[in-house]
Amino acid sequence: MNSLDYRPFAPVLPPSRARALPWLTVLAGSLLTLLPVLPPVPVLPPFGLLMLLAWRLLARFSLRPWAPAALGLVDDLLSGQPLGSAALLWSLCFFAIEAVEARLMVRTFWQDWAIAAVLIAAALSAGRLLASPWNAALALPVAAQVAVSVLLFPAASALVGWIDRRRNYA
Amino acid sequence: MAPARDRRTGFSRRRQYGVFAGYVLGVAGTMVALVLLLVSALNPQAFSGARMGAASVTAPLSSVVATLVDAVSSIPGNVAEHFRVKAENERLRRELTVMRRVVTRARAIHYDNRRLRRLLEIRDRGEQVVATARLVSSSPSSTRRYAVLDAGRWQGVLPGMPVRGPDGLVGRVTEAGPYVARVLLLGDPESIVPVRRTRDGLPAIVAGRGDGTVDVRSVNTTDVRFRPGDLFVTTGTGGLYAPNIPVARVERAGSDTVIARPVASADTLDFVTVERPFFPLPPPPISLPGSSAPAAQIPAQSPGSPPAQPSDQNPTP
Repeated sequence: MNSLDYRPFAPVLPPSRARALPWLTVLAGSLLTLLPVLPPVPVLPPFGLLMLLAWRLLARFSLRPWAPAALGLVDDLLSGQPLGSAALLWSLCFFAIEAVEARLMVRTFWQDWAIAAVLIAAALSAGRLLASPWNAALALPVAAQVAVSVLLFPAASALVGWIDRRRNYA
Repeated sequence: MAPARDRRTGFSRRRQYGVFAGYVLGVAGTMVALVLLLVSALNPQAFSGARMGAASVTAPLSSVVATLVDAVSSIPGNVAEHFRVKAENERLRRELTVMRRVVTRARAIHYDNRRLRRLLEIRDRGEQVVATARLVSSSPSSTRRYAVLDAGRWQGVLPGMPVRGPDGLVGRVTEAGPYVARVLLLGDPESIVPVRRTRDGLPAIVAGRGDGTVDVRSVNTTDVRFRPGDLFVTTGTGGLYAPNIPVARVERAGSDTVIARPVASADTLDFVTVERPFFPLPPPPISLPGSSAPAAQIPAQSPGSPPAQPSDQNPTP
């Protein structure tokens, strides 16, 4: 490549596709519940939520404020939770990040991880309360699920960062 | 991370309105989600059409994946099987001689049983299998325990039908689409099955706990002792499940309420059979194709219904 061909600011993908990529990755995360497993406890982390939080924290304008409601609705159709729970909780996660962002202008990855951990724990606990009766013996499985999800957040962030660099879009 | 670079919208009216509309839509979406959540809390069957529509798209996909996983994961077993066949053959021959004696005795007992039943004129309803299909996916990230069945209304599967595996009861159908159905598994926190103990016919109910085990609660008797290994089978009360399907086995001794493990191991996706409800309720007066029909077809769902009265325990042998 000679210096004339070097165009660092040229969009790699057409804008429509670059804007669709975050949506597609979150949908792919939600679709992972279709894996042919039948575990006796909730073991699979909410991959859709992980991807959504990673996109929101790493690339702020990649998803519009109404995106979590739409994406959550699709997740509800697939996950077995009552319809509307993920749509509601994911939207609330977005607003919570908005509130944090107004106070915390410059963040490091550790702060991103801490924010995501709090939100994942809150979303999974609230989802459990919305879906299942109060007296069900679910504290331990949900705690394990939260732990696994929080530990997987850096991986989700790495994936999102890689895709975001590739798509090269504001 | 540096602050986002275009936080301010500048002087462009179009951009300002766009950002504002985005937030308005975000709040509106949250409100819609709240309303949907309230509706589905009041009527869990409300959005079964939408869910079944989504499952109709995804079930063929997971069916293919399940078949592939099965094919690949069965290779090591098949290889090992090949080398084990000879030893197994000898073992089976030995077993056969033992079993022949048992079968002869069982035949005699069966004959007696049939004759005595005819004397008593017990009207037995045979198991009527509607469909045999595979569970293709489940709800692994949710605290609810659902599975998606690869058969639906076109195969005759309707909401309220019991689902059983090779070992025992798996659950019941809650929603049915054209070629998919959703099965509420035994371990779900909202699943309740009336059962009785095989040993003495003690009535109890099996309620899911959500962590892979189930609660066995004794009904209208106090100070009931449960022993480890106690097997509980369905009673037929409520008209949904046919009697004598194995449901759960008690793990640890206790009284009144103990933890048990479902007999049908529900950690693998396997073939299951869907059966007709044992004694279906008469059809609802208004047969709307919408959400009212499935709700009326599930008789044993409401926790308020009397689960198992000892008086109508039919002491079947």
